[in-house]
Amino acid sequence: MKKRNIILTIISMLILIVVLFFIDKNLDSYNTRILNLCAIYVILALSMNLVNGFTGLFSLGHAGFMAVGAYTTALLTMSPDMKAQNFFLAPIIKPLANLTLPFFPALIIAGLVSAFVGYLIATPVLRLKGDYLAIATLGFSEIIRVVFTNTQTLTNGALGLKGIPDTTNIWWTFGMAAVTVIIITSLINSSYGRALKAIREDEIAAESMGINLFKHKVLAFTIGAFFAGIGGGLLGNLLGTIDPLMFRFILTFNILLIIVLGGMGSITGSIIAAFIVTIAGEALRFLDETMNLGFITIQGIPGLRMVVFSALLMLVVIFFRHGLMGTKEFSFDKIINKFSRKPSEKGGDQ
Amino acid sequence: MSLDTFLQHLTNGISLGSLYALIAIGYTMVYGILRLINFAHGDIFMMATYFAFYGVTTFMLPWYFSFLIAIILTGALGILIERTAYRPLRGAPKISIMISAIGASFLLENVAIVMFGGRPKPFPTPEIFDKMVQIGNISVQRLTFVIPVVTFVLLYLLLYLINHTKSGMAMRAVSKDYETAGLMGIDVNKTISFTFGIGSMLASVGALLWALKFPSLLPLMGVMPGLKCFIAAVIGGIGNVKGAVIGGFILGIGEIMLVAFFQDLSGYRDAFAFVMLIVILLLKPTGIMGEKISEKV
Amino acid sequence: MKKKISIMLATLMISTMGLSGCGKKAPETGTTGGDVIKIGVFEPMTGANAAGGALEIEGIKLANKLYPEVLGKKVELVLVDNKSDKVEAANAASRLVEKEKVTAIIGSWGSSLSMAAGDIVKKAQIPTMGTSCTNPLVTLGNEYYFRVCFIDPFQGTVMANYAFNTLKAKKVAIVQEVSNDYAIGLAKYFTDSFKKLTGDPNCIVAVTNYNTGDQDFTAQLTNLKAKNPDVIFAPGNFTESALVIRQARQLGIKTPFIGGDTWETPEFITTGKEAVEGATFSTFFATEKPITKESEVFLTAYRKEYNGKEPAAVAALGYDAYIILLDAIKRVGSADSVKLRDELAKTKDFQGAAGVINFDENRNAVKSAVIKQVKDGKFTFKEVIEPVK
Repeated sequence: MKKRNIILTIISMLILIVVLFFIDKNLDSYNTRILNLCAIYVILALSMNLVNGFTGLFSLGHAGFMAVGAYTTALLTMSPDMKAQNFFLAPIIKPLANLTLPFFPALIIAGLVSAFVGYLIATPVLRLKGDYLAIATLGFSEIIRVVFTNTQTLTNGALGLKGIPDTTNIWWTFGMAAVTVIIITSLINSSYGRALKAIREDEIAAESMGINLFKHKVLAFTIGAFFAGIGGGLLGNLLGTIDPLMFRFILTFNILLIIVLGGMGSITGSIIAAFIVTIAGEALRFLDETMNLGFITIQGIPGLRMVVFSALLMLVVIFFRHGLMGTKEFSFDKIINKFSRKPSEKGGDQ
Repeated sequence: MSLDTFLQHLTNGISLGSLYALIAIGYTMVYGILRLINFAHGDIFMMATYFAFYGVTTFMLPWYFSFLIAIILTGALGILIERTAYRPLRGAPKISIMISAIGASFLLENVAIVMFGGRPKPFPTPEIFDKMVQIGNISVQRLTFVIPVVTFVLLYLLLYLINHTKSGMAMRAVSKDYETAGLMGIDVNKTISFTFGIGSMLASVGALLWALKFPSLLPLMGVMPGLKCFIAAVIGGIGNVKGAVIGGFILGIGEIMLVAFFQDLSGYRDAFAFVMLIVILLLKPTGIMGEKISEKV
Repeated sequence: MKKKISIMLATLMISTMGLSGCGKKAPETGTTGGDVIKIGVFEPMTGANAAGGALEIEGIKLANKLYPEVLGKKVELVLVDNKSDKVEAANAASRLVEKEKVTAIIGSWGSSLSMAAGDIVKKAQIPTMGTSCTNPLVTLGNEYYFRVCFIDPFQGTVMANYAFNTLKAKKVAIVQEVSNDYAIGLAKYFTDSFKKLTGDPNCIVAVTNYNTGDQDFTAQLTNLKAKNPDVIFAPGNFTESALVIRQARQLGIKTPFIGGDTWETPEFITTGKEAVEGATFSTFFATEKPITKESEVFLTAYRKEYNGKEPAAVAALGYDAYIILLDAIKRVGSADSVKLRDELAKTKDFQGAAGVINFDENRNAVKSAVIKQVKDGKFTFKEVIEPVK
């Protein structure tokens, strides 16, 4: 990277840290919660975009990986007393009863477990194409959820877990989000990334160029699962309580909406869309409630918000197929060149 | 397990299986033509039941009339969805049309929630179907006899349509290669709409029979049956109508037998369908009656 | 064009964050100034649990209509939808505490949703009154969460006693909604109590599971039929339970069915029709047998307000949640949340519409349960079961 870009990046990082300080000290917990959710959705969107947007694999199994990540982190960070309190119907299995780890290792382990589950699923499933892959991944996500509902001694079944230490704060979420952005950006800009994009564009051509389809697909899938697990873990520790019903298909749908909106091949797009959708989700509460416009009162129609979101997804995919950013990324070069009227130095897609 | 219990299980399995079969036919037809999984199929199924419900309760129509109107309306709904959600994306990459399908599915579900409310509605079951019949020690609902009969009659009619009529020939041509079919003078748009209409009407018949058997209507009632019937279609060989029926029976009977023999796994019943899917996709991806489709460069 | 849009959106996003940043950190306890005392109501108004939420809101609004003031100030209800979703529930609770600055909160239908709000109300020190959430975990370890209903362990025991004493059952089969925390909780406590009562460790002849949203239970029921139980205990939501019982009757199973309070909805009877005749369950409240004077006040007002409709038990609970809060506010003499919590904990023999309320050491209400049965297509009262003091 050019020296100027490196300096600009460092400055932006410093600005971000200052902003985070400000938020931590001054913002009330409601807004902080929303921002935390935004950052978590950034991680989830990026993890899904890696698989769906960059490699072109239509995977709908994200909720399952999130569940694995959330439960792993929760079970590893909860204190033995909390666990005893929670598992009142059937005691938790022996090895986990007294095991408690600090947050960071628990999170990483959660990511690794998710990645492992992703790897196990990837091996049979990635031989399928298109629609079959979608349904198969959806199926696995449901299987994971059904298993979690029935394994009373491991996950406390339908009762869910409560009293998960709420270690997630603005530093963790934005920190992990930044790390995710950096890792995925470097992955995409490396030769692996180019191979993935080639697979997305035309599998047969990529294969004839010598790219090992299966190996690369499994790689993308596993890494996607890793970050999904981390996102799930952060979410669990933000809410303080989780249960299997949280991880239904609608969760995957929300993330799908974000990446479609942002542009399926764009990291910047996913980040922007994650913020927009999360904030809009809260801001659009009024759609479900009674609106008092002063001169008339429009009776609130519960459920209208989801109708708007579904319609939005369809509109975007039909009319604005490339979403907000298409496959373009944010770069300092482009912005500076815009304002300097010089012909751009690099050609082609970034 | 006593013979009586086993026979009762078998009867239940056949009853459930024939319902799955009927709905799977609709899925497979659409896939055969468009190479698209219509995620919204399960929701079209759901809308059919609500149409019939309102026909009977709000408009006070006799049940056979109400059912007929529901079937026609559902066919129209299917065509509408094709026009708005799928036709604009015909040239687009596969992934867009799949996302549009998911979007359409969610839209239907949420519109249903807003319009009909989230509380279950009791489906009116005419006496003629409800009565129980005793065969030895097994209890069978009259409906249980009706369902396989309807399935096979419709299957026969459908096969006749596909193989022995001009429209059917058009459908087969479009499913083989829709560009060439267009060049041959076939109105591709009309054929596709026609296919969607027939597929949706089949789904609605299945839906009405389903609602007669399980008379509790909810906006999300079509999600699981939709997924399971898709799996049934895949098991039988997607694109193959006879296969869909076979797949439906395999899935229905299998699901019941799982619970019958492994009582403790009854909570994993839904997972069974997905496991079957993975197994068949690994062992014989084209399904039981499917043909190998080679991908051309 | 696209780049311009994205730059605009990025600016928009940053400015939104900036604007929201203008909201300073508010004082922690909810001491509402002025002549209004705000009580937050956090219920599912949309989503899977909207039906239950709507019923409770009916009761709460009715109570607010009957008792609109306390300490000379008007009581304002602030309703927030938790959308039957855990993440949204946390947001909703956070909103009530931060933006609306309520003195106390009522809610929610659905223990999982209540648990999501738990930490938030605890940190903000806003006392919260649960209405019908029966999972013991809701109040455990959280001094700011109370509830006006009894908890699952009690209900399970009540039904076990009924099965053993009244129905004289020796063998019971259980059909439970395994993905519902309420159902498995009830099933476990029922099992424990029943085993103790019969002294027979094999008295539960079969346990079979189904998932929320399932519609076909014929396989599970056929298995049960073979085991020949005296009674079938089927805790679960009314949607599935009605179908379960209906299919059981169609399979020729004539065994009586017993269950929990979630059955008491009109749809249970309209879906189940003749099949659910004789189905018996425990619940919080019976309109035929007003337990206290407040019950009569509630019933009369409810029937007047909603055109002769009979109230659901959870509506009575919503009503009670409101009036018990008001009573405590009166005793404290101000809208100080922390003092309110302490005063609530001291509540003794409160005459609620759904019974006399005393809080135990975990802030759960110790009160009597009511057994009801479906007779001639209506829910009829059978008996009252007092709690073991």
